[in-house]
Amino acid sequence: MPDASTWDWNPGKREVQDVGSWSDKFEWVEEFHASPDGEKVGAVVKTGEMEFTSCVNGEAWDEKFDRVFYSRFSPDGRLTGIAQSEGEWTLCVDGQNWPEMYGYIWDTKFGPDGSIICAVQQDMEYGMGVDGVLWEKFYENANNFSVAPDGKNTAAAVQVASTPQADIDLFQKGLYSVAVNGEAWDTVFMNCYTPVFDAESKRVACQVRRTLYDYTIAVDGKIWQREFQCVWDPCFNPVTGVVAAPVRLGGAWTMAQDGEVAWGKTFAQCWHQQFSADGNNLWAIVAPSFGKFTVAKNGDAWSVVSPVVVDLAVSPDGNRAAALGKDGYDYSVIVDGNRWSGSFAMAWKPVFSPDSSHVAAKVEKNGSFTVVLDGKPYSEEFDQCFEPVFSPCSQKVLIPAIKDGKFQRIVANVSDF
Amino acid sequence: MTFDRKIEDVGLERGVSRLTPERIETTIRSVLEGETGAKLKVYAETCMHCGLCSEACHYYMSHDGDPTYSPAGKVQQTLGEILRKNCKVDGEFVYQMAQIAYTECNLCRRCVHFCPVGIDTGYIMSTMRRICHKLGVTPQYIQDTAHSHSATMNQMWLKDDEWIDTLQWQEDEARDELPDLRIPIHKEGADIYYSVIAPEPKFRTQLIYQAAYIFNVAGVDFTMPADPGWDNSDMCMFSGDFEMMGRLKKRHFESALDLKCKRIVMGECGHAFRSIYDNGNRWDGWDMYPIEVIHSVEFFWDLISSGKIKIAEKFKEPITIHDPCNIIRGRGLMEQSRKLAHALCENVVEMTPNLEHNYCCAAGGGVINCGPPFKNVRMTGNRVKAEQLKATGVKTILAPCHNCHGGLEDLVHYYELGMDIKFFGDLIYELMEKPEVE
Repeated sequence: MPDASTWDWNPGKREVQDVGSWSDKFEWVEEFHASPDGEKVGAVVKTGEMEFTSCVNGEAWDEKFDRVFYSRFSPDGRLTGIAQSEGEWTLCVDGQNWPEMYGYIWDTKFGPDGSIICAVQQDMEYGMGVDGVLWEKFYENANNFSVAPDGKNTAAAVQVASTPQADIDLFQKGLYSVAVNGEAWDTVFMNCYTPVFDAESKRVACQVRRTLYDYTIAVDGKIWQREFQCVWDPCFNPVTGVVAAPVRLGGAWTMAQDGEVAWGKTFAQCWHQQFSADGNNLWAIVAPSFGKFTVAKNGDAWSVVSPVVVDLAVSPDGNRAAALGKDGYDYSVIVDGNRWSGSFAMAWKPVFSPDSSHVAAKVEKNGSFTVVLDGKPYSEEFDQCFEPVFSPCSQKVLIPAIKDGKFQRIVANVSDF
Repeated sequence: MTFDRKIEDVGLERGVSRLTPERIETTIRSVLEGETGAKLKVYAETCMHCGLCSEACHYYMSHDGDPTYSPAGKVQQTLGEILRKNCKVDGEFVYQMAQIAYTECNLCRRCVHFCPVGIDTGYIMSTMRRICHKLGVTPQYIQDTAHSHSATMNQMWLKDDEWIDTLQWQEDEARDELPDLRIPIHKEGADIYYSVIAPEPKFRTQLIYQAAYIFNVAGVDFTMPADPGWDNSDMCMFSGDFEMMGRLKKRHFESALDLKCKRIVMGECGHAFRSIYDNGNRWDGWDMYPIEVIHSVEFFWDLISSGKIKIAEKFKEPITIHDPCNIIRGRGLMEQSRKLAHALCENVVEMTPNLEHNYCCAAGGGVINCGPPFKNVRMTGNRVKAEQLKATGVKTILAPCHNCHGGLEDLVHYYELGMDIKFFGDLIYELMEKPEVE
């Protein structure tokens, strides 16, 4: 991960870029993106007839393309864009292209070490590329792309055999597996979904559908001993290596670990589970009853409920959690089972401070954006703002924002809220 | 009642060949006892066999009053037989049940309006399909579509890149006409998440072009996702694979929620709407959709009534309007569709019957997806619709639903009606005021 301690944490506001002037320089300017440290702002820009590139802090890349899309900053602050020239595609990173052109490239992901990973189609076969180095073996189809915590290992659900059109018999015998770094497991399944790596970036677990009716979890190609009516995405305990996944039994959902039911309670829904970093707590979004969602810790649900709950965030110490509730058009922020006062037209996933003591979230209200910290909104609203980042000491918050055509970098003290 | 119309289908034959009496009984009991409740029991016990539902069904009307095609008759030949025989039925019965449930009922729910006690035959037939799915007895082509959903999260076997490539291709095409046009892909925070069904990128790309043109002229802040979830359709709901239905809706809704869009606007499709606001959402545990879903009929009317789109010249020829079951009986959009039709056309000729009592296209409910073996079932089973269309005396039909388009096109050819079929998007794009381009 980028070393945030090297960033400028001096409190105050600094104008980084007059983005309002970009419209004078380019035919059009697409959506703005901010680098994680708030020092750069970038966007895809149109420079001429069928001519596009990216612009960072007012400087356009030298090379121009027929198209640039999926503009994203990497965690270490490089702007990436998927670029097309003469019908072929590459990934352009800070103006430098990957070594080859490809049939298609999409779904950019990033590793903590700065690696950049893409899904790639080459000659109508599918796989993945890490920093421009492709899997040695590609497949008839690949999807559900996944990157390990180390940013080096990759996995995807792959189709390992062809099937004639509408051959339902062959399909049900199994055509899909998981390829790790391009090498498929020996076992095939009817479907595979959401491969995920363990904390060591070695083992891989995924959802598998064995028959039309039987779902379970496979770990490194070996399935759990028990099958379920349905399962959702698995995850690894970062300390013990145990695999947890929501499972459906008898029309109700609960949590299973390594194939055995782990929670004594069942829910109308259970998904998006997440272990704490120390592996001691397993959090999940659950619905204690139909249409009423909340968050559960180790199977114990909060009492506050909403028709919809999304964006579960767990604190670094693993003892706190926050999520967004949604009731009709209104979003709210729920922390430790308590709903912050006020509602928003939109809210983004809450962010915990490194010491777990503070929570912040980007929100939108009446067409303006700001950051709310521990339930208190920042004093200023913006035309656009980006998600907040806490300082390593947990006492400051970085708010990259755009107001009146100026991209600014604000470092606020927690006490300023 | 005799069942004398068995049609050969690879999926049904293969499925039945694998059945055992024990599996049939156990599976039927598991669905009836584990997945249904008071609703099915009440329906089964309160049908008075009054026959009022018969003339509600296009199959019954098109087969000259054959009672085996009446809604109550179809229930008697499926659920009724199961209950009479205490779930001890054989493979041949299962074949018959599958053929009736998948291909002789469009789940259009017209009959609900005619039942004096409100029995929902569509629900009963859906339950029969669920049993057939659990028994592995499903028509080949709808099962293939369900497989496509499971492998790619869309119903047309489109691979991830093919979707994005199609959006960009349509964007390029449209820029020839409107140079500044954009189809913003995966734009976080857009007001509108625009979703379509997979036949649009596969066969009807002009609909994506037209929608993009209309949205750009109207100044709509929209996006189309780069990832699976873009297809709002759901044939698994109709095949009885409810687990896959839930997976599809989870992906669709979470795709929009993750992009922080405020509303989903979906293209002119009917059945997808049913999956979104009634079935798929509820299997996932949401009592309503987790993010507001708006049908194109509503959205287009909003654009026109608010003046964001102006109509330069109305469609002059007489035109009739078809009411798709899922957005009319299911959602109640008859008023908006009429306002929209009259805003676009000088002479709207109503069908008889119309609105919530309109006849089904006979393609919906997954029936058209059962493929070529059953095409004649749709054609002979919907003569009444052809007669209804012909009686309007017009040459153009407005139908805001993909399945209705497929079904009506087949009917027009089969009965040699010589009619053209349009989406609202077709007309709006054709008739709207277009900006001057240098």
